[in-house]
Amino acid sequence: MKITFYLNNVKQEIETQPDRRVVDILREDLGLTGTKEGCGSGECGACTILADGVSKLSCLMLAAQLENRRILTIEGLASGEELHPLQKAFVEKGAIQCGFCTPGMIMAAADLLQRNPAPDRKDIRTALSGNLCRCTGYQKIIDAVESAAETMRNKA
Amino acid sequence: MKNVILPNNREELWKTWETFPEAVPMAGGTDLLVGLRENKRKARTIIGLEKIRELCQVSLQDGEILIGAMVTHQQLLDTPAVAAHLPGLHGAAAVVGSPAVRHMGTIGGNICSASPAGDTLPPLYTLGARLELLNPAGSRVVPLHEFILGPGRTALHQREILSRVRIRIPAPGTRSYYFKVGQRKALAISIASMAALLQLAPDRSVMEARFAWGSVGPTVMRFPELEKTLTGRTFSPDLLNELGKAAAARVAPISDIRGHANYRRILVANLPLRLSAALAQEGVTKRDE
Repeated sequence: MKITFYLNNVKQEIETQPDRRVVDILREDLGLTGTKEGCGSGECGACTILADGVSKLSCLMLAAQLENRRILTIEGLASGEELHPLQKAFVEKGAIQCGFCTPGMIMAAADLLQRNPAPDRKDIRTALSGNLCRCTGYQKIIDAVESAAETMRNKA
Repeated sequence: MKNVILPNNREELWKTWETFPEAVPMAGGTDLLVGLRENKRKARTIIGLEKIRELCQVSLQDGEILIGAMVTHQQLLDTPAVAAHLPGLHGAAAVVGSPAVRHMGTIGGNICSASPAGDTLPPLYTLGARLELLNPAGSRVVPLHEFILGPGRTALHQREILSRVRIRIPAPGTRSYYFKVGQRKALAISIASMAALLQLAPDRSVMEARFAWGSVGPTVMRFPELEKTLTGRTFSPDLLNELGKAAAARVAPISDIRGHANYRRILVANLPLRLSAALAQEGVTKRDE
């Protein structure tokens, strides 16, 4: 089937099977390998994307559900060469080790900061509770989100 | 390849279903798509209900809160009337899966999956929720406890969907709670859970008390004969202890990957005591009582 949607603010028209998973379309058909697949069953958060501004799991979405939606992946977060404050903070705070969970973490954090520009550490933990990281022990990730939130508040 | 069709309204829905009689309806997909991928479920055609707007709304009418089947857990959390009148249901929605799962999963999906561990079910049992079912010929209303027949089994007919959940707003002063024990706080399927709905007189005697336990039987379990024995008595930890013990003798838990049947029975007996702590925290009772 033919599907039209917006991917990282660019209109896309793709021809694909209606039951193809969105994570596969992104990674295999469109070459955007930032979005990761961990468990494939909604338990790890590695495939988190924003659909119409809301965090969703791309391993549990089908092609047909993309029609007319605005999809944002980790590749669309930076403005040109300028990294998003969340990306910068993850680098600066040492919140990345192997990096596999990072895109999902950042997209989940982006969802949080949209809803709540001034989250406390408990809010951040709750917001990231669906994203597994096996390297960092989470503290530096929480530091990074806290720091990015502050940067974004100061800019606004 | 599976066909995936997203009708825009109920007319399109029935037409699609007529063309593909074996089609399987999909709400948020967080359960169905996992089942299909693991070959535990079969579907040649999926009808996604997400574009049918009338299923996505919450409204208030004649003392009832009407929740569309496609209302997500996050929408429940964001609805002031749910937070104000149905704190037990609100609390349950807050502990479903993870934020992304709550953005996708729906109350209708949670009900129709008919898992004994479904988090929204125990509060809905205590609230006496009724379900509006929609089929090409019309609609019917079925109480939740008659709708759920067993694990994964409901009273839905062929070509019928759950359209709305109807909940009578509890009398002012009614308190409701949801307590869940899982292996961890997020993304955990409950090992045992309990919803409580409680109305106390100013002298702290029980006017009405309803309890429903999840994950400890083939369906959510409620014991009206036990609830009746509480009426008129003074609310106290001893009373909750007595209730917990009586309930533990009545539930039908199994042992599985998440917990042993004996452990589940212990949880059933202990969960009512959390009510003591909750009420103490709210200043209704003193902590040492």
